[in-house]
Amino acid sequence: MSNHDSESHLGHVLPLGLLLKVFFGLVALTVLTVWTGSMDLHGFDLSVALIIATCKASLVCLFFMHLKYDRPFNGMIFLFSVLMVGLFLAFLALDTHQYQGQIKAKMADDLHALEAGE
Amino acid sequence: MSTTTTVAHEGGHGHSHDHPKHLAHHFETLDQQFDAGKLGIWTFLLTEVLFFSALFVAYTVYRSNYPEVWQFASQYLNTQLGATNTLVLLLSSFTFAWGVRNAMLGQIGLLKMNLAITLLCAGGFMGIKYMEYSHKFHEGTLWSGNEDTIFRLHAEDVPEHIKEHSHAWDNRDGEFSAAVRDLDPEFRQKLGIFFGVYFCLTGLHGIHVLIGMLLLLWLLLRSMRGDFGPDNFNAIDFGALYWHLVDLIWIFLFPLLYLIS
Repeated sequence: MSNHDSESHLGHVLPLGLLLKVFFGLVALTVLTVWTGSMDLHGFDLSVALIIATCKASLVCLFFMHLKYDRPFNGMIFLFSVLMVGLFLAFLALDTHQYQGQIKAKMADDLHALEAGE
Repeated sequence: MSTTTTVAHEGGHGHSHDHPKHLAHHFETLDQQFDAGKLGIWTFLLTEVLFFSALFVAYTVYRSNYPEVWQFASQYLNTQLGATNTLVLLLSSFTFAWGVRNAMLGQIGLLKMNLAITLLCAGGFMGIKYMEYSHKFHEGTLWSGNEDTIFRLHAEDVPEHIKEHSHAWDNRDGEFSAAVRDLDPEFRQKLGIFFGVYFCLTGLHGIHVLIGMLLLLWLLLRSMRGDFGPDNFNAIDFGALYWHLVDLIWIFLFPLLYLIS
């Protein structure tokens, strides 16, 4: 290795400067999320926290995990997993609100039965 | 067919010598070996994401049904410790990513240093996690069903030794918005759900950190043995991908658990 920044013949070597920039970007976003977390954002708290977390996750995926330079198929596998989690969440969110009334009614009944028994 | 020559050759040495040392016999080239390994580790990471997603779904279901419980319970988590742990994990991800660069370029001394720092950070993360967990056991801020939890329907069921030590129970220093003792019993009981989800999510994540530590130790020992270099860094690269995923999950856990205002 005569030139320390030369390419490896396998994979892509990330410059140290870029790794440092990504790291400090991640630290800055962490400070930002702690700061916004301490404020009252009138119902947007969760959205803001999730947007910042997604930015951080993207930085980690694209640079630390090399996805920006990797074969697109690997990135696609990862995106599909995230998509499946989205589907999973969406269907369960629909389902839980569908039956929540019944669950609450059942819990109230059980409680009454318990109190009557005592 | 040249089967006989191949057999004779392999029978004599176990490996033929016309290919690179680190190339397994079932691959044509190092590139092919690297790409196949990478595809394998990404497929594994996909299963990891789905593994954790079940708990994230549990989180979503309970938070959407009991938003006020989530908001109230989050004050028992220490944001400073959570933020410190986030920074510790980010640093470890950086040093591991740097380590991959070192391995690719054959900078073995730096590689060993970066693997060691990553391992130390992982240990630091678990140390802080241990402090947080033991504090919760002391306070009785535990999941429903635990003997020592303060989140009981009937206040008299909470063990005396927990009541004695728990600041959350009577809010003696006024550090919380209300004393758990004075809460509506049904609301108090539901706080245990938050801690059930908290312990499952952070516990499963913690197990992943522990496995990562074993992996790091193995990689560090192998790098000391001189296993890695520009032709052979697959294990380092794939280990780093696993470690970044563990970091990625914490990036979401931290705001979702600690930063509910």
